[in-house]
Amino acid sequence: MDAVAHAPAVEHGPSLRQRLEARGFDAVTLLVIPAAIFSLLLFVYPFAFGFILSFEPKAGGDWLANYRRFFSDPFLYETIAKTLWLAIPVTLVNLLLAVPIAFRVRLMRRQRLLTTLLVLPITLGTVLVAEGLLNYLGPQGWFNRTLLTFGLISQPLKLVHNYWGVFASLVITGFPFTFLLTLSYVTGIDPALEQAAATLGASAWQRFRHIYLPLLMPGLAITFCLSFVQAFSVFPSAVLLGEPAGPTRVISIAAAQAAFEEYDYSMGSAIAMIMGFVQLGIVVAVLASRGLFYRGPASGAKG
Amino acid sequence: MIRDTTIGAKLWAAAVWATVGFFVLNLLAMIATVVTSSFATRWLGTWLPAGWTTRWYTSAWNEFQLWDVLIVTFQVIGAVVFISGALGVTAAYALARRDFPGKRLLVLLFLLPLLIPPMTFGIPLATVLYQTGLAGTFWGVVAANLVPTVPFVILVMVPFIEQIDPKVEAAARVFGANTFKLFIYVLLPLLLPGILAALLLVLVRTIAMFELTFLVAGPTSQTLVVALYYAVFAAGVRAVQSIDAMAVIYMVTTLIWLIIALRFVNPTQIVTRAKQQPAH
Repeated sequence: MDAVAHAPAVEHGPSLRQRLEARGFDAVTLLVIPAAIFSLLLFVYPFAFGFILSFEPKAGGDWLANYRRFFSDPFLYETIAKTLWLAIPVTLVNLLLAVPIAFRVRLMRRQRLLTTLLVLPITLGTVLVAEGLLNYLGPQGWFNRTLLTFGLISQPLKLVHNYWGVFASLVITGFPFTFLLTLSYVTGIDPALEQAAATLGASAWQRFRHIYLPLLMPGLAITFCLSFVQAFSVFPSAVLLGEPAGPTRVISIAAAQAAFEEYDYSMGSAIAMIMGFVQLGIVVAVLASRGLFYRGPASGAKG
Repeated sequence: MIRDTTIGAKLWAAAVWATVGFFVLNLLAMIATVVTSSFATRWLGTWLPAGWTTRWYTSAWNEFQLWDVLIVTFQVIGAVVFISGALGVTAAYALARRDFPGKRLLVLLFLLPLLIPPMTFGIPLATVLYQTGLAGTFWGVVAANLVPTVPFVILVMVPFIEQIDPKVEAAARVFGANTFKLFIYVLLPLLLPGILAALLLVLVRTIAMFELTFLVAGPTSQTLVVALYYAVFAAGVRAVQSIDAMAVIYMVTTLIWLIIALRFVNPTQIVTRAKQQPAH
């Protein structure tokens, strides 16, 4: 199909069109343009716009006024620590649960029922999980009732409208996500490597520590980043299940309030930028430390 | 397969399965709580409610104007699915078939909206939409929802198109097919399973997409999940059972599509969207 525009240009050397085609630009390449324009308009442009807007404070003042206000007002700058205090433990818990479970599930032949069950909370979304947990973990809910019946506690635990409510919702929606990502990395490693180690007499722990873990590390780093970034931008459950004015006033609440309650888009953009930079910082730190681990093929090639 | 038969290994396996069981049990109990409560007459301080009724569904339906909300929801989803399919499949075709300078940059551009959480890019995006007057309208909600779905379709479709042999297209050209005929008779039938899977995933994700819709929706362009959020947020104004009835209606809408989607896709595909391209 590339042989259409050839004949006339023989004497003058390749035409512009042919030179472009040789580099990979032809009519088919142009098909990418609508999506690229769309992405530039609705993703890159808003980001650039927000970035510039954050340096143009609504209340006047110099260009850094928004950022100075954020880092001098404890009600604002403490949101970073509060969000990290939620996101990092949740991500670690999810990851530490996901790895051993993924190692079990990889041996199962019928994984579909379990994966379908785990996809449920992701498809239902954070709002429904928050609404369900309000009932389920509440003082009269089945969770507390069961613990009371078994005599494990004498008073209902306070699990909603505080830190633990948000924590639970982040585990319920975050664990399946972390688990399914981990599972796809674990099943990507050739089992022949483990069998070779077992033949040579390595115990289960040794096989995990010296064969699987080094091969999994890059995948786990990416899983950590994606799960962390999701947990760090927690919004609906922090409002519905937490104390949005107290310990679970996360950074996205601060950003949404500034932008859509105080109508200070400039401040809202500044907080969103800070949120993005903290996420980026953690992701870069994790991915940089990935270089310390083994990088190489995860399949048992011969020779 | 390697079998570990020591006591420690068996205990460890039991502990792992117990954790999975505990998680799934709590998950199902949480969903069951919502369903039970939506059918309850009065439910205070007992294991099960005092009596059963379906009247909360009619009251939720009327109070929250669910018919209007459902219509808006399906209009938004229909527009998002259609536009992201049209934009995403064409772009994926170009990315799968051609190598050109700047391709890696373009792939990164399409990858970023999937890696960055909606809340982070949603606030600047909503700001721009408010300034252009699009926010609060139907098309504003559609535009915001398209930001992650177009890249999603591209990332799902590129590997799918790559595995279709380009010789098939070349053969159609040799036999004199023009671009239109090539598309209708050759490409479309071959691509259809992939497009169907990608669009079903978009559909399921768009129903549950809260953050972007929440940031740009106005009173007449709310989708079901945003309406549910406001109902829970203002809890106390209305009966708990009424909100739970609405939550059940939302759950049923989502689950119908999830079941349809699961006939065509592997459940892990809903999550491992970034797997085709390692994130850098």
